[in-house]
Amino acid sequence: MATIRFTLNGKPQAVDVSPDLPLLWVLRDALGLTGTKFGCGMAICGACTVHVNGTAVRSCSMQAAAIADKNVVTIEGLSADGSHPVQKAWIEKDVPQCGYCQSGQIMGAAALLAKNARPSDADIDEVMKFYICRCGTYQDIRSAIHRAAELQANGGVK
Amino acid sequence: MNATRRGFLKTTAGLVVGFYLPGRGEVAAQGTAVTTQRVNAWVRIGTDDSVTLMIHKSEMGQGTVTSLSQLLAEELECDWKKIRTEFPGIDPAFGLQGVFGSQSIRTGWGPLRNAGAQAREMLLQAAAQRWGIGKSLCRASDGVISNTANGEKLTFGKVADAASKLTPPTGLTLKNPGQYKLIGKSMKRLDTPDKVTGRTKFGIDVRVPGMVYAAIARCPVAGGKVASFDATKAKAIAGVRDAVQISNGIAVIADNTWAAFAGAKALEIKWDEGPNAAFNTPAIRKAFTEQTLLPGASARRQGNGAAALDTAGKKIDAVYEAPFLAHAPMEPLNCVAHVRPDGCDVWASTQMQTGISGIALQLTGLRPDQITIHTQYLGGGFGRRAGTDYAREAIELAKIVKVPVKVTWSREHDLQNGIYRPASVTRFAGGLDAEGWPLVLTANIACPPMGGSGSFGGGRGGGVDSTSVEGIADLRYAIPHMQVDYHSVTGGVPTTYWRAVGYTQNTFFGESFLDEMAVAGGKDPVDVRRRLLADVPRLLGVLNLAAEKAGWGKPLPAGHHQGIAVVNNIGSYTAQVAEVSVTGGKLKVHRVVCATDCGQVINPAIVEQQIRSAIVFGLSAALKGEITIDGGRVQQSNFHQYDVVRMDEAPAVEVHIVPSTEAPGGMGEAGVPTIAPAVCNAIFRATGKRIRRLPIQGQELA
Ligand code: FES
Ligand code: FES
Repeated sequence: MATIRFTLNGKPQAVDVSPDLPLLWVLRDALGLTGTKFGCGMAICGACTVHVNGTAVRSCSMQAAAIADKNVVTIEGLSADGSHPVQKAWIEKDVPQCGYCQSGQIMGAAALLAKNARPSDADIDEVMKFYICRCGTYQDIRSAIHRAAELQANGGVK
Repeated sequence: MNATRRGFLKTTAGLVVGFYLPGRGEVAAQGTAVTTQRVNAWVRIGTDDSVTLMIHKSEMGQGTVTSLSQLLAEELECDWKKIRTEFPGIDPAFGLQGVFGSQSIRTGWGPLRNAGAQAREMLLQAAAQRWGIGKSLCRASDGVISNTANGEKLTFGKVADAASKLTPPTGLTLKNPGQYKLIGKSMKRLDTPDKVTGRTKFGIDVRVPGMVYAAIARCPVAGGKVASFDATKAKAIAGVRDAVQISNGIAVIADNTWAAFAGAKALEIKWDEGPNAAFNTPAIRKAFTEQTLLPGASARRQGNGAAALDTAGKKIDAVYEAPFLAHAPMEPLNCVAHVRPDGCDVWASTQMQTGISGIALQLTGLRPDQITIHTQYLGGGFGRRAGTDYAREAIELAKIVKVPVKVTWSREHDLQNGIYRPASVTRFAGGLDAEGWPLVLTANIACPPMGGSGSFGGGRGGGVDSTSVEGIADLRYAIPHMQVDYHSVTGGVPTTYWRAVGYTQNTFFGESFLDEMAVAGGKDPVDVRRRLLADVPRLLGVLNLAAEKAGWGKPLPAGHHQGIAVVNNIGSYTAQVAEVSVTGGKLKVHRVVCATDCGQVINPAIVEQQIRSAIVFGLSAALKGEITIDGGRVQQSNFHQYDVVRMDEAPAVEVHIVPSTEAPGGMGEAGVPTIAPAVCNAIFRATGKRIRRLPIQGQELA
């Protein structure tokens, strides 16, 4: 066991866990933040995506020790009230079906838009093809990312 | 959402109207309401103006909650924004509860509108009494009742208590389609806001005070048992507390899911693998194929059957194959159970509440009223969550550990210890008349039963598993002579429903072979279908609409080719035209045009969403999906070996809905069956190569 200190959704956080426990399980089991999902455990599906120092990271494959002193943002902390442009666009386009993959999709899309404010279809595919949705919401995700880019340009990120 | 039915009925200030939603098999004819005194669903109008719909359906992504709420609100005339839905704890007295066969809307169509109308009339009556006027002078709209004589207004909540003293009226006349305000409108899904903020609680997200985490090492060969085990290495892992044997394997109890997974992997287990260890995919394919040379149980006889082949001008034959498939819902299977001397609670994202409650009764020996099943949101089901294996083992384990326990399946467990869409082989022969039109079609099907033996689903008659032959035995084409035979076979792994059931493979087989018959007769595939569907107007309608919207027969971009397929399943009619190119042996599916007639549409946006979803789901199977067996073991362990369609491979989908006031058909499964044959028929046009085995991946397309 080790005490890991990091910033979680804007607040200081300390947690006593085994240093090799993947961040996904630190969040879900140790801290009870269940918005981040488990899909494969092998960095294949993207369901567990969170931001670590602003970069989209697969939390199933990052050990607790590696987040010491880092800034971690999960779906629960992306915005206070669902008002991030990506979340707004997702609501406008009614993207989710079962919804299980959507935390990861949204975190992935938000990281993409932070780097590339006006991605083309090809830019979107290049990043988002690494996020699996078994309900097949891909077409809706693509159009919602374009919409989020517009919202972001018109109002900035919260 | 965890409110139990008992709690719900106790807290009732306001008006509660109970009604009955029939289960599978109870929808005698499409849309016919079942008359009964039983009650298994409720609507409550609270004194705070809230409207709560309490239903035993699950939400697994199809927008069920939203569509059912639209049916209720259409007649209730409540404020749409105030509707909430709760999934009740279930009572075994309700009869079969579950969501499968795309039936939620089909069974809810009559009862929900009727319940809404009953509640509205009671509220109107209560308001009329309050004002001392005739009920006909009162109008309900948006949750407010108006006195049309003097313009006075009362919200529903103000008269809800008074209305609860009245007797629910019967024999109400429901709105005709011209009066609909909500039905047919693309209302926003009620579940979206929680799904974009991480607030939606799926089964895997359940946390109960004092809960421990578990993972189970199950025999890699179906039906195998533990001979002996050594947990020394597992228990050495940080966070692992214990390892205990249960009937289907060894459960590792831990402080978190990760430690439980690692512990399960570290167990040293000797298995008594049993007879299924003898199975492997090449031998299964060979055995199934050989079966199709023998006469089987009769699934359909029409005209002179196979004998008519002798009178045909031209004959063709072909053997088609489909592999085992896993469901692989994004949310791995899981279940939380807590068994106490005086009660049992089970939290599960499930399509099969009734089955779980029966198992809890049987394993705990408790009384029905001591058992509560808490239905959670489903991170996909696709038929897998109509099984109950994941709940049985959790309840069994909970009895041993005595504290609440969450069993989570790793993706490896999900793919390798699953219940699968059966592999199957179908041998066809077809004969054409002198003009080249189809005269006779025979099919000999070898397919493990899909579960149609009565637990849920189609029945078996004369040795035929109805779900294993649907899609061929029920083809609507006017071919004078038809014969369909069935063989029940096994591949050593358990089999069950998969989104669209028998149609998933049989529509691929049937619609591909019909295409072969069209080619053999020198006919256009759309012309052949038009002729054979002349007496099936709704199927003909979608065929024509899809062909028209896709520009069938019109010039396409260079290198693009089209294929078409149609299906009539779950009360809906669907046609799809796929547009593909094959360049240097590489297939690209560019566009799919889908026409669907699913009767009265409740929510067009949800219908379109379901079709897009179904096409990606069906295309994943067509292009890549394959579970193979070696030594009785499933060889695929995670998404790197069981890949699915990704965003860059998903075609642009256009959906065209036929306006209709017929009773609603199902939607969740309607779009799945036709994508594989439409794509493969297009590949034939592009390359001259006929795909007779799925998946396409790995086959030469030159
Ligand atoms: S769970 Fe981490 S990528 Fe799938
Ligand atoms: S919405 Fe269900 S897996 Fe993506």
